Amino acid sequence: MAIDIGQFVQTFFEESLEGLDIMEAGLLALPPGAADLEQINTIFRAAHSIKGGSGTFGFKEVTDFTHVMETLLDKMREGQMAVTGEAVNNLLESVDCLREMLMAVRQNTDIDSARVENLQGRLTRLLERNNTASRTADATGNLGSTASQPPPPPGGWLINFRPHLDLMHSGNDPVRIFRELATLGDLTVRPDFSRLPRLAEMQPEDCYLAWELELRGAASQEVVTEVFAWVEDDCDLSIEPLADTVAPPPAGATAAEEPGQGELLLERRGGDRRKSDRRGAGTAADSASIRVGIDKVDAVINLVGELVTTQSMLSALGVDFDMDRIDKLHEALDQLDRNTRDLQEHVMRIRMLPISSVFSRFPRMVHDISEKLGKLVELKISGEQTEIDKTVIEKIGDPLVHLVRNSLDHGIEPPAERGGKPATGVITLNAYHKSGSIFIEVGDDGRGLDRDALRRKGLDAGLLRPGEEYSDEQIHELIFHPGLSTAKQISDVSGRGVGMDVVRRNIQDVGGRIQIASQSGWGSKITICLPLTLAILDGQLVSVGHDCYIIPLLSIVESVQIRAEAINRVAGKGEVLRFRGQHLPILRLYEQFGAENAVTNLENGLLVVVEADGRQVGLFVDDLQGQQQISIKSLEKNFRRVAGVAGATILGDGRVGLILDISGLIRVNNAAT
Amino acid sequence: MATKTTDLATLSTHLKREVKATAEGLQYLTFILAGESYGIDILKVQEIRGWVPVTKVPNAPSFVRGVMNLRGAIVPVIDLRLRFGLESVEYTKTTVVIVVTVRSEQGGRIVGMVVDGVSDVLNINNASEIKDPPDFGTAVNTEFISGLVTIEAGMVMLLDVDRLLSIEEMFAVEAVRTADALHATA
Repeated sequence: MAIDIGQFVQTFFEESLEGLDIMEAGLLALPPGAADLEQINTIFRAAHSIKGGSGTFGFKEVTDFTHVMETLLDKMREGQMAVTGEAVNNLLESVDCLREMLMAVRQNTDIDSARVENLQGRLTRLLERNNTASRTADATGNLGSTASQPPPPPGGWLINFRPHLDLMHSGNDPVRIFRELATLGDLTVRPDFSRLPRLAEMQPEDCYLAWELELRGAASQEVVTEVFAWVEDDCDLSIEPLADTVAPPPAGATAAEEPGQGELLLERRGGDRRKSDRRGAGTAADSASIRVGIDKVDAVINLVGELVTTQSMLSALGVDFDMDRIDKLHEALDQLDRNTRDLQEHVMRIRMLPISSVFSRFPRMVHDISEKLGKLVELKISGEQTEIDKTVIEKIGDPLVHLVRNSLDHGIEPPAERGGKPATGVITLNAYHKSGSIFIEVGDDGRGLDRDALRRKGLDAGLLRPGEEYSDEQIHELIFHPGLSTAKQISDVSGRGVGMDVVRRNIQDVGGRIQIASQSGWGSKITICLPLTLAILDGQLVSVGHDCYIIPLLSIVESVQIRAEAINRVAGKGEVLRFRGQHLPILRLYEQFGAENAVTNLENGLLVVVEADGRQVGLFVDDLQGQQQISIKSLEKNFRRVAGVAGATILGDGRVGLILDISGLIRVNNAAT
Repeated sequence: MATKTTDLATLSTHLKREVKATAEGLQYLTFILAGESYGIDILKVQEIRGWVPVTKVPNAPSFVRGVMNLRGAIVPVIDLRLRFGLESVEYTKTTVVIVVTVRSEQGGRIVGMVVDGVSDVLNINNASEIKDPPDFGTAVNTEFISGLVTIEAGMVMLLDVDRLLSIEEMFAVEAVRTADALHATA
């Protein structure tokens, strides 16, 4: 049975990367000093799977490297080695290195072998040091040298491998074991045919052969035993040191030749396979894949079933339709409507991933950075099961890293400066769904923003007018201002604002909003609000003259009718509405877009209060139409970007509707005044 | 105005047959604009549709009538009369939109152009039948005309659609025009 192993290589990469995440999480949760057996076992298992898989696919560098890690972990597991901070840090670094190696293999690029060797050497030295320590100062002396293996046993090992009949039933393949052994040294394989029954009595799935293996090389006994780890319950195994003096000659010429050929064959096959695997991996890496829970797929299949039913119901109605059955038609159309909406929702859900894939990188980051800065920080993560569109996930990673880094770097104080607060600072990461959007919060209990310093900075930069009173939000808003954020002084004083404008732009690119709340001395909290998905948004249809525009529901604050006495005309600056204690600029959409036949008297239309970039503005429209889900289409593909328009969509009647770009409109409005 | 219009459906089938029949010869779809005959390379033509109201695009040049929904794609519609600086007319039943694919720096674009009516398919078996456009000096803009062909009923001007319907160029033209207008009033 020939299986093309190449088709599994993609799965191997995905599983290995997941395995690395598990290892990382496990290592971080490992309390130094105390050996948490369960935790170490988890890490060990992950490492072992990666090693096994890479061995199968012939990624030798990965196998070798993982092997050293595994040996180290095994020692910890057995309690022969202490779980020191140094060991954990080295292992963490190895996880990174391994990740890079896997990526390199996947993309068919070169592995940074210097780094690999360096790390491997460090791990081995750790092992050696432990060995020498436990063997009561058996000074082998090569501690400082780059020797990467413990002292070799004299000559090698004689392995008597006698599998039980049902070895193959468990999915194990002796050939694979031999191949792995062959990587450890010079391997001679002598099969023992004594158990072979007559052909008529032979069960094709049973293993009748036994082998005598001679491994010449510097492998330790653990290493050799390890190779048989998967099969130790399914075979009789003995591993003994080779008699040192005996020279390598095999027993007889014929006996030597046959296994020799077998060996050769084996190796060549390994080589070929590896080549084709790499090719396969190179092309496959380009098309990203997504893992979808079977329940989600089932739900979609279920809904498609319902859709088919509705369709047949409708076509049956259409065969000989008369007006008596109009009720039935309406009913069926309602059902179709419901089915379509459900189907859309569920298909979208396929693209959704839990946000834990983003959050999972933070424990490590916080661990590393807080250590470097000498701060005590605890990271609290909640809501990591919140699901969010894959595209959004990819875009949100970097801004979040930036925010957490800011909190660590500037927010949380060193233990000595934390005043009455507990010495250990807390950074919280939280995600949740609320009213069709996803909210992500990054909070800390550190210094908070220095309102006065920010205000001074704002005045200096001419962003604030002297003498005027500003709300906290308006002041905090300043950290998103590009001119201020890069100013060195402010990041020293307030501790924030490095590249916050970039963060905000990234968030806006995916249609989200960002807000900051802060209390000086007690910390700050940044809230990011994101749309569930990028392809679809909830829109409010508004009419302006003959035209119909769509305002993203996310940016609408409220809609109000205007009373003439509440309007102020500011000379040369247009109109403002006194509204809830603030002055709201009015933007007449028909003027902006040159619409004909629009309502021009402010009292006869409606003002839709919208918000973007922390600014509010009132859009003057004729009237509100319905709300609907809008699938966004590109206007640029066949045309070009239009100022104030974010995109287009097809409305229910087949016409094209334009989606307003609120932050663009506000910018235009600001530039005009 | 001697507008020769044919039923759209028959014309479409006619088009397909013709294209298959003479692959080696050049074929042009001819249409009428303000009494004149124009021709465009038939391979550029994607389809011909009747005029339906479109959605206006704000702050676009006047000859961009708006955008329409072409089976889910958003396609700009250009009024060719206005593009040529001719006076606009009321759209009638014979007003059609020729949907063409034009090459641009961003790859293929789909653009619709409004003309008074489509008339026929012009077969040109010999490329030498196409004459170079006359040089009118600077008085008339001939940059979109790739050649002239004389037929029994008169003359057909062959258009370079890639140039004519280049969105970038349209906006550049508009910018110059508004700048000129400002200059004139000032």
